[in-house]
Amino acid sequence: MSTTVLYDAPGPVARRRSRIVSVVGVVLVLALVGYVLYLLGRPRVSANGAVTPGVLDPSRWDILQDLALWRAIGRGWLNTLRAAALASVLAVVVGVLFSFLRTARSRWVRVPTTVVLEFFRGMPVLLMMLFILLVFSTGAFWAVVIALSIYNGALIGEALRAGIASLPKGQREAGLALGLTPTSTRFLIEFPQAFRQMLPIILAQLVVLLKDTSLGYIVGYVELTRQGLTYLGTYYGSRYTFTLFAVVLVVYLVTNLLLSWVVRIVDRRTGRRGVVRGRGRGTGGLGGPGLLARAGRPEVDAATGAAQPTAP
Amino acid sequence: MNPLDVIPGFDAVTDNWPRFWAGFVTTLQLLVLSGLGALVIGTVVAAMRISPVASLRAAATAWTEGIRNVPLTLVLFFCAFVLPYLGVDFGSYFPLAIIALTVYTSPFVAEAIRSGVNGVPVGQAEAARSIGLGFGQTLTLVVMPQALRMVVPPLINVFIALTKNTSVAGAFFVAEMFAAGRFIANDRGDAVVTVLLSVAFFYLVITVTLGRVAAVVEQKVAALR
Repeated sequence: MSTTVLYDAPGPVARRRSRIVSVVGVVLVLALVGYVLYLLGRPRVSANGAVTPGVLDPSRWDILQDLALWRAIGRGWLNTLRAAALASVLAVVVGVLFSFLRTARSRWVRVPTTVVLEFFRGMPVLLMMLFILLVFSTGAFWAVVIALSIYNGALIGEALRAGIASLPKGQREAGLALGLTPTSTRFLIEFPQAFRQMLPIILAQLVVLLKDTSLGYIVGYVELTRQGLTYLGTYYGSRYTFTLFAVVLVVYLVTNLLLSWVVRIVDRRTGRRGVVRGRGRGTGGLGGPGLLARAGRPEVDAATGAAQPTAP
Repeated sequence: MNPLDVIPGFDAVTDNWPRFWAGFVTTLQLLVLSGLGALVIGTVVAAMRISPVASLRAAATAWTEGIRNVPLTLVLFFCAFVLPYLGVDFGSYFPLAIIALTVYTSPFVAEAIRSGVNGVPVGQAEAARSIGLGFGQTLTLVVMPQALRMVVPPLINVFIALTKNTSVAGAFFVAEMFAAGRFIANDRGDAVVTVLLSVAFFYLVITVTLGRVAAVVEQKVAALR
C-alpha cells in the first residue's frame, strides 16, 4: 500500500470531511448532468418557427429498433477490426525488423535506420495515410493498414530497443560465451526477454492502433466511424446525428475497454515468469500503480526510456 | 528565381506559400493553446488521482479511462458537429478544435505527471511524513519539486503526440498544415509528393525540436539524480 505513504489513515474528522467533499462532488456532477440533459431535451425552435423535438425525445431514438442499423454498424465494426488486426500483425513484424536494424553492429545500418525511424515517428499518421493514398493509389483500406503498420511499427521497434537496452549485460555476454554468434544471441537470448518485458507496452500500443483506424473516416475507408456517422447519418438524416454518435461512441468504448481488459489479463499472466526486472520498483510508487505497472514491471517509455505510459 | 525550385514540383509550395505558412501558424496555435489547456486540466486530474478523497480519485480515474478509450476522430466530431447543435457556437471551428484537443490530451498529461510522481522514491515521502509534514506539505515541498523535473521528458512526448494529432483537426474545417497540404495536393496533382513531403518536413521541424529538448532535459535530470 504505497499510496498511503502520502497521508495517514483518515481519522473521524478527515473521514467526515472526505464524505462531505464526496457528497458535494456528486451533487455538482449530478447538477452538471442534469443541465446537459436539459440542454439535450429542450425542443429546438429554428429560424422559420418550426419546432423540432429535443434530443432525448423518443422520436429521435426509434431507429435503435431498426435491425438494418445494427447490421450496418456491425459491418463497420468488422471493418474496423479487420484493418486493426492486419495492421497489428504487420506493425509487430515491422517493429521487430526496425529494432533489429536499429541495434545492428554496423554503423552503416544503424544510422540510416535511426533517421528513417525519426522520420516515421515525427510525422502525423494521417499525413502518411494521405501520402500512401495519393502517391501509391492503394485504395483507402491499404492506406490505413500500411500507414498504421509503419507508424506503430516504428514505435514498437523503439520499445523493443529500449527492452534490449534494459537487459543486464550478462545476458549477452553469457550467450557469446556459450559460442553463439552475435546474431543468434540477439534472437535467441535477448529478443525473447525484451519482447516479454515490453509486451504490455506493445499491447497498449495495439489498442491505440485500433483507435487510430478511425482516421479511415477522413481518408475514406468505411470503418465504424465513417459507416456510423457519414453513411448512416446521410441515410437517416441529420435529426439522428446525436443518436448515431452515441451508438458509435458506445461501440468504441466497449470494444476498447474489453481489449484493455484482455491486455491487463495477458499482462498479469505473463508478468511473473522469469522476466528480468528493470529497476525493481515493485507495484508503482507514490501515485499508485498505472495500467502497465500492475504486473510489477517498470513503465518504460518507448522513445526516451523514461518511466511513462504510452503516448496518445 | 528561388534556388529551391530545382526540386520538381516545389513551385506548388512557393506559389501557395501564404496558405502554407498560415497553416503552419495555425498548427502552432493549436499546439500551444490546447497544450496549455491540457496541462491545466491534466495537472488537476493528476492531483485528484493521488488525493485522499476517494470520490475525487474515482472521478479522475473515470475521466482518464473514458477519454483514453475514445478515438480522437470521435472527440473532434463531437466538438465540430454535436456541440454547435447543442448551442455551443463560436462562429468558427478553431475554438471547437482547441476544446477537442485539450480534452483528448488531458488524460495523457495526467498519466505523465502521475508517472513522474511514481518516479520519486517512496523513502522521500516517508522521510517527509516522519518529520511531521502533512499531505499538502509533503506534496508541494518534497515530492513535486523532484517529480516535476522527471515529468518534463514524458510530458514533451505527450506534446509531440499532440503536434501530430492537430493534423486530425485539419479534417474538421480548421485550416492548419494538413488541411493546407491536402488542398494544395488536390490542386496540383503533378506535385503531390513534393507538397506532402514539405508538410511532413514542417511537422518534423516541430516534433524533432521538441524531441531534442526532451533529450537534453533528460540528460540534465539523469545527471542530477
